[in-house]
Amino acid sequence: MTARISRWPGIELTAADLHEGKVTQTRFRPDAKYAWSAGEAMSRFLEELQNGRLIARTCRKCARVLFPPRMFCEECFRPTDAWTYIRDTGTIETFSISYLDTDARRIPEPILVGVVSLDGASPKMGMMHYFGGMTKDEIRIGMRVKAVWKPKEERRGSVLDILGFRPLGEGES
Amino acid sequence: MTLFRRRLQETGKEMCFEATKMALDSAGLTRADVDTVVCGTAPDAFDGVAMKGEYLLDGCGGYRKPYTRVFTGGGTGVFSTIAGWWHVASGLADVALVVNEEKMSSCQPHPQSVFAHIWDPILDRPLKPNLVWIFAMEMNRYMTVYGVKKEDIARVAVKNKRNAVGHPCAQLADPNITVDDVLNSEVMAWPVQRLDISPPSDGASAVVLASEDFIRKRRIKDRAWISGVGWCIDSTMWTDRDLVFPEYVARAAKMAYKMAKIDEPRRQIDFAEPYDPFDYKELHHLEGLLLADKGEAPTLTREGVTERDGKMPVCPSGGLLGVGNPIAATMGMKIGELFWQLTGQAGERQIPREVHTGVSQAWGDLMQYGSVVVMRA
Ligand SMILES: [Zn+2]
Repeated sequence: MTARISRWPGIELTAADLHEGKVTQTRFRPDAKYAWSAGEAMSRFLEELQNGRLIARTCRKCARVLFPPRMFCEECFRPTDAWTYIRDTGTIETFSISYLDTDARRIPEPILVGVVSLDGASPKMGMMHYFGGMTKDEIRIGMRVKAVWKPKEERRGSVLDILGFRPLGEGES
Repeated sequence: MTLFRRRLQETGKEMCFEATKMALDSAGLTRADVDTVVCGTAPDAFDGVAMKGEYLLDGCGGYRKPYTRVFTGGGTGVFSTIAGWWHVASGLADVALVVNEEKMSSCQPHPQSVFAHIWDPILDRPLKPNLVWIFAMEMNRYMTVYGVKKEDIARVAVKNKRNAVGHPCAQLADPNITVDDVLNSEVMAWPVQRLDISPPSDGASAVVLASEDFIRKRRIKDRAWISGVGWCIDSTMWTDRDLVFPEYVARAAKMAYKMAKIDEPRRQIDFAEPYDPFDYKELHHLEGLLLADKGEAPTLTREGVTERDGKMPVCPSGGLLGVGNPIAATMGMKIGELFWQLTGQAGERQIPREVHTGVSQAWGDLMQYGSVVVMRA
């Protein structure tokens, strides 16, 4: 059919057409605000962040240490059993050197961001976060890292209570 | 399908009407022949109209009919066809019309800001993630684990943008693009560079699905047969998964292959239209579709196996990288191209040998969803 059809519908507009007001548009800026319930698992997780600790849930059936913590095991489909602290050290699983902010706007100094698998949780389980104390040329997959916590009085019960992850020093744990 | 462009003057409804009319005309049918309509479209926030399925209804030819809107993120590009298929396969409908639409230009200044709302509000959102980050993370993991060179990934963008030259709706076809152009393009979130990414687009596409009986009774000659469908989703806990292999695509593919009685996909499938919003995704998905061993897809690409005249042509349409990425409406390439190739109507894009079996796949949600359709001539 692509070979047989001669007219493909669609009238293209350029960015200039919009800016020069050649096209009628209507604009609306939504003003929606949300207050999310943190829920059982996340509430405890956020509370522990204020204490400078990472907490997980264990599932007796599959013997996993689940992080981020959850109240049910999606694999065994049963309630999880107990709380357990894990370490604030881990391994960089992957990362990106981003020159884009949230709105895809360009930023001159790149953000180092990635996924850390955390020591004490089941293999590969971890969280997304920023990296610091290393350059974009030094960061690599497999690097050992440790959380950098905000001073206690500044912690608010948010993943931002951790500023990011820095390289783990020689002999440090 | 309509043209795919960064901005179209038509509203979403108008685009749906154009695509739907074209599909019905080409099948020689009218709206009266249609038993049920499935509309596939991604987040409401792109168009800026909540309950977008209802909004698009009239353009999809769905009013006063059993009508369903389906949405599985980017996976909608193939999934909506599966939803249309089950209406027919179950015997509930003789004719199902599937219409997919996306109007990403409505969202200002860039549809990227909508993606900020897909993240977990407690774990991820305070970090202000950009969607490109997660693709960059997945790409980096893939490159590092298998030792893949960026230039071998860039070859996918070059191939698809060149393939798109023959596509009448293409937004970013480029007959002269080179690997160096891709490697020298702006770094957005390393390892992702500008030309590794497909563009946001406006567009709509439509397909007509009908039962075997109906096709024979109405003597419809332009036809290809859906012989297998599969879909699968992985956990939302994306930081707990190894991003190196799309297990959910493999499971979706195995489901579709089993239904289509395919036990040696590399031998029994003639060409593929995997989802390619980023160049590395084509490689990732070829491995998920079991058309390449783990880590082998870049080698196949370098050796020309996936070129239109290669042993396993991949994205002969030009894909999302070349034709454009109006999320759900990419059905125009993923399902449309299978149909056009299998019926020998792809014109300039026609694979230069006889093809009997094609597979298409789309991918979406939080890097966790795969949908697969196998089609035969
Ligand atoms: Zn369990």
